Amino acid sequence: MKIHIPNSAFLGNIESFTKHFDPTDDSILEVTSNQSWISVHPLVISMIIALAEEIRLKNGQVRCNTFNAKSRPYLLRMGLIEALDPNHGIQIDEHESSGRFIQARRITTSDELNQFITDMVPLLHTTPEQAYPIKYVMSELVRNVLEHSKSDVGAIVSAQYFKKSNRISIGVADRGIGIKEAINRSYTAKTDEEAIDLALRPGITGTTTRIGGTEFNAGAGLFFTKSIAKVSRDFFLIYSGNSFFKLHKTNSNKNVELFANPRLDRANLKSDGLPNWRGTAVGIDISMDINQDFQDLLGMIRNAYHLDVKRANKEKYRKPKFV
Amino acid sequence: MEIQLYKYSGDFAENKDMARKLRIEQIEPELKKSHEVVVDFKGVTSATQSFIHALISQTIRDFGVDILENLTFKNCNEKIQTVIEIVVEYVQDGIFTEDDEA
Repeated sequence: MKIHIPNSAFLGNIESFTKHFDPTDDSILEVTSNQSWISVHPLVISMIIALAEEIRLKNGQVRCNTFNAKSRPYLLRMGLIEALDPNHGIQIDEHESSGRFIQARRITTSDELNQFITDMVPLLHTTPEQAYPIKYVMSELVRNVLEHSKSDVGAIVSAQYFKKSNRISIGVADRGIGIKEAINRSYTAKTDEEAIDLALRPGITGTTTRIGGTEFNAGAGLFFTKSIAKVSRDFFLIYSGNSFFKLHKTNSNKNVELFANPRLDRANLKSDGLPNWRGTAVGIDISMDINQDFQDLLGMIRNAYHLDVKRANKEKYRKPKFV
Repeated sequence: MEIQLYKYSGDFAENKDMARKLRIEQIEPELKKSHEVVVDFKGVTSATQSFIHALISQTIRDFGVDILENLTFKNCNEKIQTVIEIVVEYVQDGIFTEDDEA
């Protein structure tokens, strides 16, 4: 496999990273990088580390060029250099850290996820209201990996606060079975694109075709996650197999509307020219300028959560009791 | 019977394994005896939809929607209340759609 880390790769221009990814020959990972400046989304960091972890588990070889870019301290703090070359020997001044990098971590159990969420939030210096969607997204995305992916490397997660744009970016990557195989335990998606479309719809899970899900899965996690990005008017990207869905930013002069059908979103669902990503990789940006609080978001999700069912029996519905 | 959820979940209720365990080991045995169960969210500031789903969805399916008369949610903030309402509604969507198809 070959990867080149470009000068810039965020969710809006992720193609600058994916176009240099060559997934053939999974016995070796060769990494090259831009030698002057590197600035990338945590999704890119998580994807590269997932590949490196996988290669090592298979006793394969990881080769990377020396990181000469000025942003090398950042790559070191994010855990990328360590993951690619544990004997790198590069020293950095610890005081440089603003504490707003969440170093990439491998999560393989529910307890590790609990611990990660507990450790992560204070590092981001957010208010409790700002922290809520971040914790929510981390929990839903990583639990998806632990429950459905069969990923040998578990979930590789990383995050960063970008001061200039006042946003939190999160990346979660696995090297498991991917969305198509997971969803096709109950559905018959012919392509990765079709599988991603299904996975983003509320109420659809690979564990059952029954409306409302099983005792353990409702098929709502990705819909909630995409909705959080949408209300934040920011990017969301999910990449699996040879397809990805990229939700674009919503202009500030437009009202935010949530859709159960992802094809109604202002987004790309594409397969053309994408190298195959075995497993699933998800990136999301959450603006900290968000004026909409989480309560309003939940209200919008409630309105959008159509399970496409007849409501003829609405009079039989019971409401939960609160005291 | 009253369950102090914070003791199990901490302030962010997201661990579905824990939710399922609470449902099977504490909530359902009491409901089977026709006892009322109160889930107290005091100290819990947020909960994921997945957690609430694992906590109550199967109970509503197995016992029927009228079981909600014996299940009370206490000290929920507005966010948690909305998540519970979303889950209760879509579980009933499933139940009544299956009834229609039967």
